[in-house]
Amino acid sequence: MNPNLIISPILLPLLGAIVLMGFWANPKIQRRLSLVFHGIAVLLAAFLLAAVSDGTIIVMQAGSWGAPFGITYVADALSALMVLLTAIAGLAVGIFSSASIKSARAAFGFFPLIQFLLMGLNGSFLAGDLFNLYVWFEVIIISSFVLITLGGEKAQLEGAIKYVTMNLLASVIFLTGIAILYGILGSLNLADLAIRVQETPDKGLISAAAILFLVAFGIKSALFPMYFWLPASYHTPPAAVSAIFGGLLTKVGVYAFIRIFSLLFIQDPFIQKLLIGIGVLTMVSGALGAIVSVNLRKIFSYLIISHIGFMIGGLGLFTPLALAGAVLYMAHDIIAKTNIFLITGVIYKIKGSFRLEKLSGLYNEFPYLSIVFAISMFSIVGTPPLSGFWPKVWLLQASWQAGDYWMLGGIILASFLTLWIVVKIWSVVFWRKKPDVINTRVRNELAAALPKNRNAVLIAVGMLTAVSLFIGFGVQPLADLCLTIADQLIDTEGYIQTVLQ
Amino acid sequence: MEVLLAIVIGTLYAAGIFMILRRSLVRLIIGLILLGNGANLLIFLLGRIAKGKPPLIPEDANFMTAAYADPIPQALILTAIVISFGLQAFAIVLVKRAYRVVKTDDIDQMNATDDV
Repeated sequence: MNPNLIISPILLPLLGAIVLMGFWANPKIQRRLSLVFHGIAVLLAAFLLAAVSDGTIIVMQAGSWGAPFGITYVADALSALMVLLTAIAGLAVGIFSSASIKSARAAFGFFPLIQFLLMGLNGSFLAGDLFNLYVWFEVIIISSFVLITLGGEKAQLEGAIKYVTMNLLASVIFLTGIAILYGILGSLNLADLAIRVQETPDKGLISAAAILFLVAFGIKSALFPMYFWLPASYHTPPAAVSAIFGGLLTKVGVYAFIRIFSLLFIQDPFIQKLLIGIGVLTMVSGALGAIVSVNLRKIFSYLIISHIGFMIGGLGLFTPLALAGAVLYMAHDIIAKTNIFLITGVIYKIKGSFRLEKLSGLYNEFPYLSIVFAISMFSIVGTPPLSGFWPKVWLLQASWQAGDYWMLGGIILASFLTLWIVVKIWSVVFWRKKPDVINTRVRNELAAALPKNRNAVLIAVGMLTAVSLFIGFGVQPLADLCLTIADQLIDTEGYIQTVLQ
Repeated sequence: MEVLLAIVIGTLYAAGIFMILRRSLVRLIIGLILLGNGANLLIFLLGRIAKGKPPLIPEDANFMTAAYADPIPQALILTAIVISFGLQAFAIVLVKRAYRVVKTDDIDQMNATDDV
């Protein structure tokens, strides 16, 4: 594969955004045209993953300025997997939003913004340079700022203020970390930094920089105790937006954790212990937050937080099995969480509310649809053989082998609490008989919608459910890929040599 | 020079964090701006300060012989300034919109999204 092609997942959404903006006055064309770009993105990402799935690493030096002097883009198995998952989640959200986004929002650039967001996500997955990663993070947050405020409802603006503040703060802390690292080591290229970090005598300053990165990425990926912005903002925008946020934005933080910490900081045993501790606290406190909530979207926002803890804990253990488990969990979680937020949007379209006390009897009215919903809901619990089961087995096995019983207990407790929450939602929203309380809106918006819009919404949910089922039943290829990724993350020599050659 | 800059950066960070912790939305934005400027100056300082030594190779030499001013931090700062300019412009407009809709600039009053 020509190395220059690895940045095509970045250029395609850029092109898409520009073309879509050309049809600014005509949201109808934007709705259809954006699907074409989402579709091509999935194909491109699949080609990219096929090229690197055997463990090869493709490096592109922008303008042929050799590393460590120029800007480097790197596609290894982890990056390519993340790009593919982003493209799949993007396609589903694109299909869903083509039917569900109101024309008032579409008229102010909803569809180009989604493309810009995807560009930022793919950019940060492929960046091989610390400052470049920062710039892609800014691309992500500026598009997400506009997406979260688009529409300008009161709750949206209040949520956006919390979201914007915390993200700006995280950016400043990230920039401070970069400054300190550049000051000590004099480089920004990740591979070059990985060598220099071994040689430097200033271990204390390196640890200080590590903590700054931990806080910056911790805010972005919603770790304990820095996650309070997430349940205060993710339930305010339309379902399509909160789906792509819930599925992908926190995972960029987790990706940055895995990439930066495995290359630079993880050798420090204190950092490992810290990551495991934060991971356990995140998974348990997130699940406890979900128990007390009564708003469906808030419950799932807390569950996002809870399940981020699994991945960070897996990174902290830093054994091949634990890392493979963390990456596999991330793959499952991107698909399942995106789907669960889309499903919540469908439930809202049927029932006109997100609140548990106003929802009931969905199973009686839509038995087949409810089964599709159940697959996603129970896969986030980790019911075998659905997709959440396999990574949890690996994480449990890895923490048992490492003798880390806090992690072991945390995973079991958080899984149990997740099961409790999902069973509660199932019994209330799907199985409960209609209570006497009157629904805020009796009109079933989904049934009233045009058939093509209804189909688009259901195709989006069905597609992600199918991917989730594929991960569950056909886990072997993905599991092999995750083991390859784990090897690459632990033995960074290959990455460093390929980039610096 | 380094000591002076270090004090300025420390003051900027301290003032920024103090302003973020206030309840007024406008002060929040000012705090974020101060923090951003502090971070930019920090990159500048940690790139080592060299006065009047441009990174140009003399005509009769093939490589740098003496210490020179590192151009990378300056490129980074320029990028960071442009980015933070855009983000701050957005944040200011957001605050104005939020003030119009919610009719308060007290962050403690903005708790509609905190219901369970």
